[in-house]
Amino acid sequence: MTLGFYPGCSLKGSSREYAESVLAVAKAFDINMEEINDWNCCGATAAHNMNKELSLALPARILSLAEKQGLTEIVVPCAACYSRLTVTKYELSKDPALKTAVTDANGLEYTGSVSVLNIVQMLDKYITPNLEGRVVKPFDHKVACYYGCLLVRPHEILKFDREEDPQSLDVLMLKAGATPIDWAFKTECCGAGLSVSRTSSVGRLSGKIIGDAKDRGAEAVIVACPMCHSNLDMRRDAINSYLGEKIDIPVLYITQAIGLALGLDRKALGLQRHFVKVSV
Amino acid sequence: MSKIGVFVCHCGENISATVDCAKVAETAGNYDGVAYSVDYKYMCSDPGQNLIKSAIKEKGLTGVVVASCSPRMHEPTFRKACAEAGLNPFMCEMANLREHCSWVHEKGEATTEKAIDLVRILVEKVKYNHSLSEIKVPVTKTALVIGGGIAGIQASLDIANTGHKVILIERDPSIGGHMSQLSETFPTLDCSQCILTPRMVEVAQHPNITLYTYAELESLEGFIGNFKAKIRRKSKSLDEKLCTGCGLCTTKCPAKKIPSEFNEGLGKRTAIYVPFPQAVPNKPVIDRINCTYYIKGKCKICEIVCPTGAIRFDQEDQIMEVEVGAIVIATGFTVKQPDFFPEYGFGKYPDVITGLQFERLASASGPTLGEIRRPSDGKIPEKIVFLACAGSRDPAKGIPYCSKICCMYIAKHAMLYQHKVHGGKSYVFYMDIRAGGKMYEEFVRRAIEDDGVNYIRGRVSRIYEKNGKLIVDGADTLLNAMPVEIEADMVVLATAGVANEGAEELAQKLHISYDPYKFFAEAHPKLKPVETNTAGIFLAGACQAPRDIPESVAMASGAAVKVAGLFSQDELTREPIIAVVNRQAPPVYSSCVGCFLCISTCPYQAIEKEEIKNRNGEVIKSMAKVNPGLCQGCGTCVAFCRTKSIDIQGYTHEQMYTEVMALLNEY
Ligand SMILES: Cc1cc2nc3c(=O)[nH]c(=O)nc-3n(C[C@H](O)[C@H](O)[C@H](O)COP(=O)(O)OP(=O)(O)OC[C@H]3O[C@@H](n4cnc5c(N)ncnc54)[C@H](O)[C@@H]3O)c2cc1C
Ligand code: SF4
Ligand code: SF4
Repeated sequence: MTLGFYPGCSLKGSSREYAESVLAVAKAFDINMEEINDWNCCGATAAHNMNKELSLALPARILSLAEKQGLTEIVVPCAACYSRLTVTKYELSKDPALKTAVTDANGLEYTGSVSVLNIVQMLDKYITPNLEGRVVKPFDHKVACYYGCLLVRPHEILKFDREEDPQSLDVLMLKAGATPIDWAFKTECCGAGLSVSRTSSVGRLSGKIIGDAKDRGAEAVIVACPMCHSNLDMRRDAINSYLGEKIDIPVLYITQAIGLALGLDRKALGLQRHFVKVSV
Repeated sequence: MSKIGVFVCHCGENISATVDCAKVAETAGNYDGVAYSVDYKYMCSDPGQNLIKSAIKEKGLTGVVVASCSPRMHEPTFRKACAEAGLNPFMCEMANLREHCSWVHEKGEATTEKAIDLVRILVEKVKYNHSLSEIKVPVTKTALVIGGGIAGIQASLDIANTGHKVILIERDPSIGGHMSQLSETFPTLDCSQCILTPRMVEVAQHPNITLYTYAELESLEGFIGNFKAKIRRKSKSLDEKLCTGCGLCTTKCPAKKIPSEFNEGLGKRTAIYVPFPQAVPNKPVIDRINCTYYIKGKCKICEIVCPTGAIRFDQEDQIMEVEVGAIVIATGFTVKQPDFFPEYGFGKYPDVITGLQFERLASASGPTLGEIRRPSDGKIPEKIVFLACAGSRDPAKGIPYCSKICCMYIAKHAMLYQHKVHGGKSYVFYMDIRAGGKMYEEFVRRAIEDDGVNYIRGRVSRIYEKNGKLIVDGADTLLNAMPVEIEADMVVLATAGVANEGAEELAQKLHISYDPYKFFAEAHPKLKPVETNTAGIFLAGACQAPRDIPESVAMASGAAVKVAGLFSQDELTREPIIAVVNRQAPPVYSSCVGCFLCISTCPYQAIEKEEIKNRNGEVIKSMAKVNPGLCQGCGTCVAFCRTKSIDIQGYTHEQMYTEVMALLNEY
C-alpha cells in the first residue's frame, strides 16, 4: 500500500528523527510512503500573518502536486503543516473566487480531492487495526501525552478529537502498552516560535508543561509536532533553569514510542538525536 | 361588473422612497373593473380610512385593494373600515408593497413595476371574492398552566383571581421551580423561600386552582377557546387522600443514598421522598427507579410503617382528559452542568460547582445548613473563584447569547460568601458586567466596593487540580492580558442558562415554534412577548429566554391578562378562512367522490363523512364534510383532494389561478 508523504521543512532538519520514525513504523506495516515531488514550504506561521492569499497558495501548491502525482491520501506528520494544509482545503472549498486566484497564482490544477491525515489519523487508520500481536515490547511507562495548540485546533475546521481535552494520543499509547496520565497541560502553549527569539519565555511556558508532567509521575512525554518537541527537548536547559531543578524526562514522538513497542531498532527511530537522553 | 377601489399607501417614506406610488395608483386606475384609484401618505390614519369609506359609499365599490404593508399589521384595520362603510370585510384585500417590495428592493423602475404587479394580481383576485361571515365558537373558561415555577404560580394565581378556573400541572413532586432552590435573591437579598412559599400555599388553597403535581402534558388537540389536553398523572405510588404527610415513611426508607435533585446532587434523599420541607403538596412520592421494592421485589417498609395505609405499589399512571380555553406555558429553563466544560475538568473536580449548587450551599435549608463548605471535604474555602459566562456568549460552545441572570447572581454569591466567610477572598472573572435593571448596578457596586470582591476582567482558560488546590488560569484584560493564576479552594461556574431537555418535543405537542436554542418563540419580539404564534397559547418566564424573577413574574401577569381577556368573551369570532367541500345540485350533490383521503390527512381531525339520503332513507351519496369549528384553514386537504372538491374560503382554486394568470398575462 502507498500513502503520500509531505515531510515539510522540520522533518528534513531539526526533527529528522520524526521522519525516520514515521518511515520506520510505516515500513514495519508494509506501507510505502511516497514523498510529494518538488514540495515547498507550507508557509508556516509567517505566511498567514502577512498575506492570506499567499498563505493559501503555498499549501495549495503542495496539494496540487499531490493530485498530479496521483496521490489520494497524504500523511503530514508536522502539526503546523497539517493545520495549514487543512485550513487551506477548508478555505478554498468555501470560496470559489479564492480558489481561482490561488490556482491561477500556482499555475496548477487544484480540485481538493486529496485527503490530509495527521500522524494520529494515519496511525489510527492504518496501524492500530493491525497492532494486535505486533507489540513485542509494550511501552510500559507512565506517559504524559502532549497535543500542543495545532493538532486539534481549530475544531471547526479540523473536526478532529476534542479540542479542550483531546484523547487520541492517549488512546494510541494505551494500545502500545503505556499508562497515559491525567494531567492539565495537554493543550497549553509550549512557546512555539519564541524558541528562537525569546528562549526565556519558552523556558517558562514549556517549564510549566514539563513541571506538571513530572509532578504527576510521567516517565516520558509523547508529542506529535516538531515544534513542541524542540521546545520541550532542545530547550530543556531553559526549562530547567525556570524550574530550578534538573528534569530529565525524555520527549518522544508518538511514532518513536510505537516503534519501540514494535521492537524496532532504536537508531532507526532516531532516538540518539535527542538532547534529553531517551532512557526509557 | 366589479367596481373596485385601489388605495395605494406611501407608509410615510417606507414605500414611497423606492416605489413611485402615484404611478402605481394611476396604472391601477386603468384596469378593467377598477372604479377608483388613489395614493395617500398614511392609509391607516383616520383620514386615510375615511378615504376608503367615502369611496365605498360614493362610488358604490364592490371590492377594495389596499396596497400598503403586510396584512399581518393592518388587515383588521382596513377590513373594519370597509365593514363600517357597508362592504363585506372579506371583499377587502391587501397588496403588500412594503415587506414584499419597497423594503427589499432599491429605488427604480423595476421596483415600481413589481408594485404594480402586486396590485394587479389582487385586483383580479378581488373580482372572485365572496362575502363571508365570521365563525363563532364558544370559549371554555378554564386555563391550563404548564409548569409550577414562579412564573406558573403567578400566572395561575392571577387568572384564578379573575374568577376563572385554572388547572396547573407540574412535572416534579412539588411546585416552586428554581426559585425554591435559591438562597437569597438579588437585588434585595431577601430570602427566596420566604417570599415564594406563601404563594405556593396560596396556589394549593385557591378554590379556582386544581393542582396536579408529578404530571405532564401527554397531548393537545383543538384550538383557541376549545383545547382538549391529555394529562399524564405519573403514579406517586401513594393514595394522596389517605396520606397525612406525616413523613414517617421517609425516615424509614432504606434507600437513602440517592442524590437529591433539589440539592443539586449535594445532598441525599430516600426513594420515598418529599423534595424539600416546604414542598407543596407536602406528600411523598416513590421514585420507582431507585426504590428497593421495584428493583429487587422486596422491602415495602414504607407500607408497613405508614399509619394510614396510604402506600400503593400497584398504582398506575393515569391519563386524564381536560377541556381548556387557553394555555400558559411556564416550564422554565435549566443550566449547563460542569461536565460540559472539558477545560474546567469535565465535572471531575467535586469543588468545581454550578451556581445552583452554590445556592444550595448558601441556603439555610441546604445540605450545609447555609454554611459555605466545599463538597469534597466539607472545608470552608478560603479562596473562591466565580466564573461568569461559563458557556454563555461563546459561539464555539453553541451558546452565543448572554444568559442574562448570571452577572447578577454572581455578585450575589460573592457577597453572600463575603458575609459568611470572614477573611475569605473571592474573585470574579467576567467579560462584561451586565447589570441593567432597577437597583442592579448599585447591587454589583456594593459587592465590589463594600464587600471587597475582586473583579477581574478576563476569561479563564483552564482549571486543574494540584496539591489539593484548584489552579485557575486566566488573564486580566485590563492589565494588558497579563496572565493571572489563582490557587482556589472552590470554583463556581455561572453555567449558561439553557432550554429544558424535551422542550422541543413539548413545543411540537403544543404546535408552537421555538428558537434555535429551543427556547419557545414569542409571536413578536417587541409587541407580543407573551403570545405564541398559536392563538390561545401564551408564554411566561424562563421558558422563552433566560429571565430573572421580576421579569418572569411580569410576563406571568401579562400572560394572565391575555387569558382573562380571552375569557371575558362568551364566544370567539374566527376568520372564516376554512375549507369547504363544494355542493352542487342533485343528482351530483358534490364533485366529491367520497375517497376520504382528506380525512386521513387533516391534522386537526376536522373532516367527517356526510351521508346524503333519499326519501326512503337510503344512502345515495357519501361525501366529505368539514367541521367549521375544528378546521384551522391549513389547506392540507385541498392539496390532497384529487377531484379538487375542497376549497379554502378566500383562497379558492379560482382565485389562486386568477392571480397567477394576472401575473402571466400582458396588460
Ligand atoms: C444560580 C441561579 C441563581 C439565581 N438567582 C436569582 C436571584 O437572586 N434573583 C432573581 O430574580 N432570579 C434569580 N435566578 C433566576 C430564577 O431562578 C428564574 O428567574 C426563575 O426560576 C424563572 O422561573 P420560571 O417559573 O420561569 O422557571 P423555573 O423556575 O425553571 O420553573 C419551571 C417549572 O416548570 C416545571 N416544568 C418543566 N418542564 C415541565 C413540563 N414539561 N411539564 C410540567 N412542568 C414542567 C419545572 O419542574 C419547574 O417547576 C437565579 C437563577 C440561577 C440559575
Ligand atoms: S419500598 Fe421503596 S420507597 Fe418504600 S421504604 Fe422500601 S425502598 Fe423506600
Ligand atoms: S449575564 Fe453576565 S455572566 Fe451571564 S452570560 Fe451574560 S455577560 Fe455572561
